[in-house]
Amino acid sequence: MRILISCVLLVILSLGLVFALEQAPFGSNQIDNADKPGRFYLNQGMEKTGAANVVTSVVVTYRGFDTLGEVTILFIAAIGLGAVFHSRKKVKRYEKEKQSASLILQTGCRFLFPLIVLFGTYVFIHGHLSPGGGFQGGVIIASAFLLLFLGCEEKKIPMKSMNTVESLAGIIFVGIGLAGLYWGESFLENFLPRGMDYMLLSGGVIPIIYIAIGFKVGAELAGIVAGLIERNP
Amino acid sequence: MFHQSTYFVGCVGLMIVGLYTMLTKKNLIKVIIGLSLFETGIYLLLVVVGYIQGATAPIFSRTTGSPAEMVDPTPQALVLTAIVIGVAVLALALSLTIRLHEHYGTLNLRKIRGLKW
Repeated sequence: MRILISCVLLVILSLGLVFALEQAPFGSNQIDNADKPGRFYLNQGMEKTGAANVVTSVVVTYRGFDTLGEVTILFIAAIGLGAVFHSRKKVKRYEKEKQSASLILQTGCRFLFPLIVLFGTYVFIHGHLSPGGGFQGGVIIASAFLLLFLGCEEKKIPMKSMNTVESLAGIIFVGIGLAGLYWGESFLENFLPRGMDYMLLSGGVIPIIYIAIGFKVGAELAGIVAGLIERNP
Repeated sequence: MFHQSTYFVGCVGLMIVGLYTMLTKKNLIKVIIGLSLFETGIYLLLVVVGYIQGATAPIFSRTTGSPAEMVDPTPQALVLTAIVIGVAVLALALSLTIRLHEHYGTLNLRKIRGLKW
């Protein structure tokens, strides 16, 4: 019965989607008009913000406030996860027989951890020039910590300093926004000089904000991973 | 190359598979997997809608970079936001699942009180 009702609902939904998508054929130019925001970002984004990656200039500059909210959502999710796991000490833990990681994993994680962190750092520092950015680089760094949790059990991750890094990065993000309000005209305004196009130091505040986001997302997701892994809450 | 509507069919198909999983499965982990599939379908659909035939990624460089030959950056920025929020939701859902399993000893939604339909 459930399956029947679900199938009827899904058929209705897919028919609706099919008729909606008929209005926008695949590959058609939906931003042919200069009034469309996408066309505006493409035409003006590089000149106004100095970031070669238009997606980055949209995420950090034009929709910067939205990105601040997004980072806040991630932060709240991390807090919620901590709150869910906080009271579990009373619950009887499962006694699992500990099985150490294999030799390949133990050796590989020692070798790969710095490389993955380096790659993540590269991705978020170059977020305004190449594909990537703070979120992607942060997730790569968090995956390095996941590898550490899986492979090197004897290595302790200092969660206190991770939390400090996360808070500092958040403060830097909001502080740059307030500085834009002070030296510029609006919150999160690009008040620094544009710099040379296609160079690392270009785009004004965009690289700084993305570096802050990279640290914040990396620390936050590593904290989430640590919370989900039972032995290191 | 594929027929043009193949891309839409793939995205919508992924969404439908995810929703079907969410609606019919009884195991909570499978429901969360369905949620994740559904999200992935939506991301793909948004990116596909923003695609322009023959256009490149919206990134300027020294050699290439005509704004007329680039795809729409707005859906890509939106999907970037959506992916991060999806990860946050997934982490929170999994943590609640762990707590539910500790409390009830099962992940079967029929056996967990108050969650049957």
